[in-house]
Amino acid sequence: MARFILPFVIFMILAAFLFVGLGLNPREVPSPLVGKPAPAFMLPQLYEPAKQFSPQDMQGKVWLFNVWASWCGGCEQEHPLFMELARRNVVPILGMAYKDQPENSKMWLHRGGNPYALVVTDIEGRVGIDYGVYGVPETYVIDKQGIIRHKHIGAVTMQDLDKKILPMVKELQAK
Amino acid sequence: MRYLLIPLLCLLPVFCYADEAKDMAADPVLERRMIGLAEKLRCLVCQNESLASSHSELAEDLRREVREQMQKGMNDQEIIDYLVARYGDFVLYDPPVKKTTLVLWYGPFALLLIGAGVLVYQLRKRKGQIAETELSPAEAQRAAEMLGESQEMPGQPPTKRPAKRPNKPKDLQT
Repeated sequence: MARFILPFVIFMILAAFLFVGLGLNPREVPSPLVGKPAPAFMLPQLYEPAKQFSPQDMQGKVWLFNVWASWCGGCEQEHPLFMELARRNVVPILGMAYKDQPENSKMWLHRGGNPYALVVTDIEGRVGIDYGVYGVPETYVIDKQGIIRHKHIGAVTMQDLDKKILPMVKELQAK
Repeated sequence: MRYLLIPLLCLLPVFCYADEAKDMAADPVLERRMIGLAEKLRCLVCQNESLASSHSELAEDLRREVREQMQKGMNDQEIIDYLVARYGDFVLYDPPVKKTTLVLWYGPFALLLIGAGVLVYQLRKRKGQIAETELSPAEAQRAAEMLGESQEMPGQPPTKRPAKRPNKPKDLQT
């Protein structure tokens, strides 16, 4: 009997590791930017290209920074959630149209609604590189001091908002 | 006509060979240096491709970035640090030894040691189980006979048959 128990235990440990591994998303690469100041940039605004926006302008506020594009499928998925969030006025969402032509960005927002307090355009994707963007949509939670607290890769789901992002925003706003 | 067309159609794929990533720098030396470095870096979009071979847009942008930094005179290490600061150690195909990568680097050796330990333990245990028994004089003699026999007939199991040489080919027997 004993000679079967040990292999069985080893098998169960291995199976547990493999099972956990199945649930992991290999596309989610931990960002080294979490806990660091949001990289500075100056980008033109989508609706008023003459005006520039810098993260500095949001100093003292907790905000979400959502990197999206009109060509991105995941963005369509999360869009209604952001619309709802904007309606409830919980936290300002700033959008960055990543590697997208302004007219396409505008068309997309015209069709689905604009949940963003402000949209900037990163046509060449250079600011995206500074933020370590590799798969839009990506969403950052940035605190009052301008520090990135959380990075969400891929489309935000209701669960992500309720379990992680919104509690975090509340906590940071209370500080 | 048809017989000519088929081999010609077979030749068609010749024209669509896999191309190297586009937008090369004007300077071929710099381009080679960039490709050399990009081969050591991982593309985050198609995760098992290097930055040099990936055709994803991000890889193209990052190659552009690397190229520009090389033109600015940054050395390879500075460029690697630049990318790691943004994308993390994940971009490196050769991850550094750190607290979080200890298992990755030394895990295999630890497993090897555990395996060797188990082997030694099992061999010791087995040695204790194999009892050494003294042979009685009769058994010793029988064993000697068998061994003597088996020396003469290497291919045969040691049995008590009379000592002749059955394995010798018949046509050689006198």
